Amino acid sequence: MAEKTTPRTWDDVQTVTQTKKAVPEGLWMKCPACGETVFRKAVESNLRVCPKCDHHLRVGGPERVEQLLDPGTFESTNSDMAPRDPLNFVDLKPYTERIQGAQSRSGENDGLQTGSGFIKGRKVVAAVMDFNFLGGSMGSVVGEKLADAIEAAADRDLPLVVISCSGGARMQESGFSLMQMAKTSAALGRFHDEGGLFISVLTDPTFGGVTASFAMLGDVILAEPHAIIGFAGPRVIKQTIRQDLPDGFQTSEFLLKSGFIDRIVHRHELRNEIGRLIDYAGK
Amino acid sequence: MLTLDFEEPVLEIEKQIESLGSSEDSDRYADEITQLRQTRDRLLAKTYASLTPWQTVRVARHPNRPQSSDYIRMICRDFCELHGDRHFGDDPAIVTGFARIGSMKVLVVGHRKGRTTSERIACHFGCAHPEGYRKALMKMRLAEKYALPIVCFIDTPGAYPGVGSEQRGQAEAIAMNLREMSRMRTPIVAVVIGEGGSGGALGIGVGDRVAMLEHSWYSVISPEGCAAILWKEANEKTNNLAASALSLTARQNLENGLIDDVLQEPSGGAHRDPEVTAKGIETWVLDQLRELGRLKPETLVRRRFEKFRGIGAVTTRVVDRAIEE
Repeated sequence: MAEKTTPRTWDDVQTVTQTKKAVPEGLWMKCPACGETVFRKAVESNLRVCPKCDHHLRVGGPERVEQLLDPGTFESTNSDMAPRDPLNFVDLKPYTERIQGAQSRSGENDGLQTGSGFIKGRKVVAAVMDFNFLGGSMGSVVGEKLADAIEAAADRDLPLVVISCSGGARMQESGFSLMQMAKTSAALGRFHDEGGLFISVLTDPTFGGVTASFAMLGDVILAEPHAIIGFAGPRVIKQTIRQDLPDGFQTSEFLLKSGFIDRIVHRHELRNEIGRLIDYAGK
Repeated sequence: MLTLDFEEPVLEIEKQIESLGSSEDSDRYADEITQLRQTRDRLLAKTYASLTPWQTVRVARHPNRPQSSDYIRMICRDFCELHGDRHFGDDPAIVTGFARIGSMKVLVVGHRKGRTTSERIACHFGCAHPEGYRKALMKMRLAEKYALPIVCFIDTPGAYPGVGSEQRGQAEAIAMNLREMSRMRTPIVAVVIGEGGSGGALGIGVGDRVAMLEHSWYSVISPEGCAAILWKEANEKTNNLAASALSLTARQNLENGLIDDVLQEPSGGAHRDPEVTAKGIETWVLDQLRELGRLKPETLVRRRFEKFRGIGAVTTRVVDRAIEE
């Protein structure tokens, strides 16, 4: 397990997000874990880790890209790729409306950013999921962009770093979403054959079709502390077995103990750890 | 046999046929019985030709619907079951083994739902644990080693959601099957015979050719699961809506290019004539295996890869960065 580090400001990363929210946020916020009122800026400059209790708050996609890569090095690919509505899916709202809403809120086309850049001076292909975009769900765009990124990493002989943060497959694309699991896994099969290094980083939350495809196929799998990670959602499991779930069930620590991840890494150490792994296993 | 509510009118006619047939002077009603039988057949065909998606799901779950074990019995000769994943246990919810279909030697992999109550409970109603998926992969590797084609029967509501299954890595097991099946150097054909529930179905479903029986379903989530999340509650009405929204029928999956074939079922569904259904599956499997058998392993793997690589519905849209400024 990663040692606990004292929260500190990260000097080489500009953490102030460029994506300004339309609604101004308050100066103070409540940590969802310890309930302490903390200065919002202090949380943001601390990579969204609570300065009081070390809880890792969720980070949106664009901000995560800034956190992960050396400043100014990220070159986005496929950013104009956008979802369609192949099934004319309507639940309480049409899927097209949900897409438009998420697009205008985020300024992104879908919930995955891909591209190349540097992490501590090592060149990588990176893919970062955005939970704020329809729960980070994987539809055709996420699958396609990720498959392209995997192939780019193979072609350019670069390590692949994927930060997962997702509720699972996107229901509104039904079978199309399901098949993205096969597609991304197949692409990783080729990457694996070619000897590529895939570092999979699991963050809170990572579930369903994402866990059951690319996220669990890392050569090295890292997770942030206390992230909730699993296949089936805790509610579904509870309904099925009609029992309370054990303490700490589906946390990073639970996965580490069960043998399914390699390391738990504090967000402050993530870049260092990735750099270190690339030095060991990268080409 | 259990009758589904939309089959009630058919049941009424069957009752009439039965009462006429069992009366003392049933000979006198011979003509009438013949006529009633024709009416029943027409009605049954009509009912099944226009099932709603939710009705299709209920046919796919019909307790008398043939299961993997039935098809293995009807299609395969000399079935030699192979147990266990060599790590944890032997999941009864997935059956694997060598078998002969026609003149071919194959490896069969299938979800097992169980027929009796105790079987169903033992099989977790067809919901496999990680050891089931690992058993499947292990035996598939064996098939690859001996150049045996793989035949998969998909019939699961989904992979088992439980404490043990999470602890033993349900997600990792499915993910590994997806990756490894995509690069297996032997032909893989799969048939969705009942329920194709999400990752649990796909976990043995990455095939060169995938077919669905006419009244089976295949989707990213069950209608009830989808209704509970997107409609906030699962009931008869929302299940109906979710089933329709998910495009989960065989016909729709074919139209969307997600499967390769739809296999016709006998009038009134597979459970009304398992033998005919089995024959249809056998013919399809043998046809596919003959064609796939002509391909070099590299070609096979490349085409399988390209098939799944090509699935997706995307468009382009210039990102409006204006709101960021």
